[in-house]
Amino acid sequence: MAEVNTDGGGGHGKHEKKRAKKSSTKIDMTPMVDLAFLLLTFFILTSTFSKPKAMEINFPAKTEDESKNQKVKNAITFIMSKDNAIYYYNGEFYPPNNKDGAPPTTLIKTDFSKDGLHKLLLDRYKPTLDAITALEDKYKRKEIADTTLKRLVNLEKGNKDALTVLIKADDKAIYKNVIDLIDELNVCLVGKYAVVDMMPTEFELLNATNK
Amino acid sequence: MPKIKMPKSNPSLDMTPMVDLAFLLVTFFMLTASARVSEPVVVDTPSSTSDKLLPENVIMITVDDKGKTYYNINNYVVRKKTLEKMGQQYKVEFTEKEKEEFAKMTSFGVPIQSLKSYINMEDPERNAAKSPGIPLDSLNNQLGDWIQFGRIEAAKQAREQKEKAEKLGREFKYEPIRFAIKADGNANYINVKDVIKVFTDKEIYRFNLITNLEKGEE
Repeated sequence: MAEVNTDGGGGHGKHEKKRAKKSSTKIDMTPMVDLAFLLLTFFILTSTFSKPKAMEINFPAKTEDESKNQKVKNAITFIMSKDNAIYYYNGEFYPPNNKDGAPPTTLIKTDFSKDGLHKLLLDRYKPTLDAITALEDKYKRKEIADTTLKRLVNLEKGNKDALTVLIKADDKAIYKNVIDLIDELNVCLVGKYAVVDMMPTEFELLNATNK
Repeated sequence: MPKIKMPKSNPSLDMTPMVDLAFLLVTFFMLTASARVSEPVVVDTPSSTSDKLLPENVIMITVDDKGKTYYNINNYVVRKKTLEKMGQQYKVEFTEKEKEEFAKMTSFGVPIQSLKSYINMEDPERNAAKSPGIPLDSLNNQLGDWIQFGRIEAAKQAREQKEKAEKLGREFKYEPIRFAIKADGNANYINVKDVIKVFTDKEIYRFNLITNLEKGEE
């Protein structure tokens, strides 16, 4: 490696004077650059930017008299079952041969597609959605302030006549479907929804429908 | 005819700006990257359109796709104290070293009776170990106790910090502990409901359900 060349190299003996070799000031940066990019790629690929997101949800507190307070005017009940199936019925639940003489409730099947659940919700929730749109128009025309808008929208969502959604799931439903449904409700701005337990009569009906 | 002389271009180009940039980016990514903590189970959370960030101060219950439950609490001090209280409750003695080790861990899914051996495992061994999940049935509701003690200890710590801040005349921003459920999308809803029931039995009605951010369709 570090050999000193004493031989003249076939010279004529004229230039005997040793001269320090002029070393270039430039160093080869290629390995360093290679390394830098390697690290860069590594960190880009391994870093995760996505912090976990969360949706907040309130569950109903247990009340002593559960039979009361159940009368809601404008309600829709979704029941989730196995194989991503989702059923719904409108209004109250009537078992066959009930004392009110109302026709027994039947479950209607729907799905998570755009024409299924989303359309259904928009349809059923139209009065409130229209009211909210009207309020937003007002806000755009600067007739009301943004805090007022927020308050009025919340009032509209909590309106007595607004759609109330009940979410129920049987023991074969998967968690993802429940989240999807809640998410859909959030997208459609539904303010009144609750995840509740199934009634035995509903369970019977579901089993009959599932067959 | 005179020859057209092509300008002699130097084949080596100055890489300095590029290297500068590369190192800048490397530094940036190194500093922003956070070491991923090894969880005992990988959970594929469902996606939603919610873009709310998860609060820092949480008690988190993980439910995996088989329905097993895991418990995690972020705060180091609270974690240690919670273990002490749980040990007293279930008559399991933990040494100071075990408490330290436990405080550094992430979520776990073993009953308190086998927690001691779980803590004493080496990391690779622990990662390979199968967790049976924390029992939460009504006879042996360990998960409920974990939640309860975690909540009490978190409140205690917040109070201590507040007193300290008041003594020093500093402002103290109180952030109540939140509760989060991180469940696998394919978990049976019934398992999640059981966890929710544990919460509602403790009169906790507000949770954060952890989801991924969904890409909007529109």
